[in-house]
Amino acid sequence: MRFSAPTRTGAAATIGLFTIAVIALFPLFWMLSVSLMLPGEASNFPPPLLPKYPTLTNYRALFEQAHIGRYFINSLIVSSFATVLSLSFNVTAGYAFAKLDFKGRDLVFRLMLATLVIPAQVAMIPLFLMLKTIGLVNTWIGVLIPFAAGTFGIFLVRQYALSIPTEMIEAARMEGASELRIFRSIVLPSLTPVLVTLGTFTFLAVWNDFFWPLIVLTDEHKYTLPVALAALSRQHVQDVELMMASAVVTIAPVLVLFIALQRFYIRGLLIGSVKG
Amino acid sequence: MRHSLAAWAFAGPGVAIIAVFFVLPVAAAFAVSLTDFDIYALADLKNLRFVGLRNYIELVQAPLFWRALANTLYFVAIGGPLSIAASLGAALLLNTQAARFKAFFRTALFAPVITTLVAVAVIWRYLLHTRYGMVNFSLTSLGFPQVDWLGDPHFSMPAIILFATWKNFGYNMIILLAGLQAIPKELYEAARIDGAGNFRQFAHVTLPGLAPTLFLVGILTMAGYFQLFAEPYVMTQGGPVQSTLSVLYLMYEQAFKWWSLGSASAIAFILFLFMLAVASLQLLVTRRMGGAT
Amino acid sequence: MIFALTTAVWFRRLSVAIIISASMLVSCSQKEPGVVEVEFWTMGREGEIVPIIIEEFEAENPGIHVKVQQIPWDGAHEKLLTAFVGGALPDVAQLGNTWIAELDALGALSDLSSAVHNSVTIDKADYFPGIWATNVLDDAVLGIPWYVDTRLLFYRSDILEDAGFEHPPRDWAQWRAAAEALKERAGPGNFAAFIPLNEFEPQVMLALQQKDPILREGGRYGNFSSAGQRQAIDFYLSFFRDGLAPPVSESELANVWNEFARGYFSFYISGPWNIEEFRRRLPIEIQDNWMTAPLPGPDGPGVSIAGGSSLVVFKQSRKRDAAFKLIAFLSRPDIQARFYALSGNLPPRRSSWDKPHLADDPKVDAFRDQLERVLPAPQVPEWERIAQELRIVTERAVHEDWSAERTASELDRRVDAILEKRRFMLMRSGSGL
Repeated sequence: MRFSAPTRTGAAATIGLFTIAVIALFPLFWMLSVSLMLPGEASNFPPPLLPKYPTLTNYRALFEQAHIGRYFINSLIVSSFATVLSLSFNVTAGYAFAKLDFKGRDLVFRLMLATLVIPAQVAMIPLFLMLKTIGLVNTWIGVLIPFAAGTFGIFLVRQYALSIPTEMIEAARMEGASELRIFRSIVLPSLTPVLVTLGTFTFLAVWNDFFWPLIVLTDEHKYTLPVALAALSRQHVQDVELMMASAVVTIAPVLVLFIALQRFYIRGLLIGSVKG
Repeated sequence: MRHSLAAWAFAGPGVAIIAVFFVLPVAAAFAVSLTDFDIYALADLKNLRFVGLRNYIELVQAPLFWRALANTLYFVAIGGPLSIAASLGAALLLNTQAARFKAFFRTALFAPVITTLVAVAVIWRYLLHTRYGMVNFSLTSLGFPQVDWLGDPHFSMPAIILFATWKNFGYNMIILLAGLQAIPKELYEAARIDGAGNFRQFAHVTLPGLAPTLFLVGILTMAGYFQLFAEPYVMTQGGPVQSTLSVLYLMYEQAFKWWSLGSASAIAFILFLFMLAVASLQLLVTRRMGGAT
Repeated sequence: MIFALTTAVWFRRLSVAIIISASMLVSCSQKEPGVVEVEFWTMGREGEIVPIIIEEFEAENPGIHVKVQQIPWDGAHEKLLTAFVGGALPDVAQLGNTWIAELDALGALSDLSSAVHNSVTIDKADYFPGIWATNVLDDAVLGIPWYVDTRLLFYRSDILEDAGFEHPPRDWAQWRAAAEALKERAGPGNFAAFIPLNEFEPQVMLALQQKDPILREGGRYGNFSSAGQRQAIDFYLSFFRDGLAPPVSESELANVWNEFARGYFSFYISGPWNIEEFRRRLPIEIQDNWMTAPLPGPDGPGVSIAGGSSLVVFKQSRKRDAAFKLIAFLSRPDIQARFYALSGNLPPRRSSWDKPHLADDPKVDAFRDQLERVLPAPQVPEWERIAQELRIVTERAVHEDWSAERTASELDRRVDAILEKRRFMLMRSGSGL
């Protein structure tokens, strides 16, 4: 049998993609599989691929002894709050920079873009001292404040808002609508997709963030999942199965969120990286 | 006037947050880097001394700092290009007309990007286990010798690079894929008519067309890779023999383990300067190359 | 489509969510009236064991509720200092006794002198003096020893006997001779001793055995280039230089217990927690073939490091009386004996050692003996950092085969730099010491 050239390259590419997908997904599959094994089962040679007797023991231990449920809720609260704040501040500002004319707009916008080159870690030590002075160390507000507004978010919204027809806004203004009303009834509805994008971005970023909550949170009861996970992994190095169960609990929500909102996420990623 | 006021009411809060919680701390960081802020100063600000550039001078003389910088540059210089190459490969495959199940593959290949870094670092620590790890199992099954990935100072950084490539390649893959799709099909047609094979099409059509995107991806990757921290924090704790101690890890230890906040701020600034320098260099090289062709 | 919700509705729902979660945040912190809640931080495994003992304390003191938080040892030092900065320190904490000077420099610790003076339970004379000393700075008692942690020699008695030694080494010369004989017997690929490169304690122990102190002039400068300290460094390095110990850290040895059992090494410098681990993890046929011995010194039984944990009360605490009550309870000999039974942590008081569990266990005898000869590490706030440098420099010296002189001068250079601020502080305050 003979295949035409495109079919052959197509088959080769599909096989290539399949191989890469196996590499990309294998660690996640392995995590899930080991999380269902009996304690000690994974530390054998040759390393087992599938649990002999699938069990939820590790998950039970995690929730009952390691209180992972609490960290899960902490992460959920912090990420949701940050998402709400980020939506409120970035969306209004992004819209203003795109559609409203005000003194100093371009200058401020350009200055803001310039801050993108500064790595966030430069600000962290003084920010920590600032939070100490106002008593926000070891609070969730302290954790999420750096996410409340950001150049990236404002830029993202602005790029999208540029496409709102100015005539629509002008027309409403002619009819005597207040700026707030215009924002609520015209701007917000047309920004819905980018709201979802920005919301997903913020939520995932805060959920996955490690460096900052590691510094700010001292009380174990307030830990977010990644911080708790890092602490657990230092305490339970030998307990592979337990650690994999906690990795599942940490990763599963973001994977689900991503798969559901993929379209929005990837668009945001593209808008965000078009202009540096 | 009324417009301007309303506009500032919209833009103001966001801009103010950035100013207060980012710009101001950055300026303050520079000020702190000129002092010997340490635990004595933490106890009582009267113990704070202005030391000028001493923190910077001491860092430049400290072998540990150079070690951390060398490790970070190793990670950036090897890990960055490797990850971009992987992204490009995957993007090219995804861009193949006749390939099947592309939507599924795109999601699968992107999945590692959105996973929680700490959690997947924990997974990989076990996958890389010398005796019970899947990586070594596969190697020995293929007849290669066992590698002590996280325990041998020669292999610890390669291990982290492999892990980072796995974690990150999907991100650039998406951007590069968009870049590939933006290259006009006619250019390939024309090349084919001129008798160009796959390789020449890649060299003469794909690469030039993708150059701006590659440049962007290069800058983004470099900036991200300079900020190496969580991987060694979880997988090796900077060891063995400080072979995975990164600049940011050093800053974290200086700041929050030893409370030498002055010195830590200086490290942050040097890191920043390095990133700027490498980005400018990339820009320069790209301009040169652009001018030559 | 899910997102057909109008944005206004979406925003409204979100704000409801905020209010609900905000009220959750507030309601979490409601307490029972009339009960004092004491927050107690413990490190590592102790955190899993201590609640069992705490129950008894709460039964005896119905007015006090103890909230235990467990902190991994690895990040404990960072955590304590961050908590100090954030004003989030607990009332009582377990503290590595080498951190006391540092937290004292921050002014974080309460002086317990008068409380100890008035206490009927805590009797200073009953404590091993070297251990008690780790908690005293400028005559102020800043912590009460909770358990002790010193290092000594674990060894394979069968192998040693087989090599012709009737008793474990008592001084350096014997130690060295035994190590050479064991290496000879073990053959290539195996070793005489295991001295983990990821630890600084072995180096500190050998350093404390010298007449020359580790730091000179009241902790103003490093003293590693002194004759005695150089000798200690050389002795340490010689184990690796001469192939008597493998140049690896603990994590590089997949399983210390397996390797000990199969004779990969026969001397192991370690601490009391390993008595329990050895019993649990070594195969039965080895159980009668391992023992512990006091650390050999340059000429006869030597001193070791006075490690361990103390209990401290923080100045930020507003419940210092209740906090001290908890400490006094945990210091009772009967409670300490129970704590030992549960955790394997050795008690710091001689009278606790007379309780059954400890008195008739031959494997802990050496510890009892050693504890009469322990010394504190230098009590300067910078010690943790100095110890870290000691580990880093000696690890490098082992890998790159440095001479003792080179190692010593590198250590002095680094340590002098670390102590610069201390010299400035001492000079400004005009303090003699």
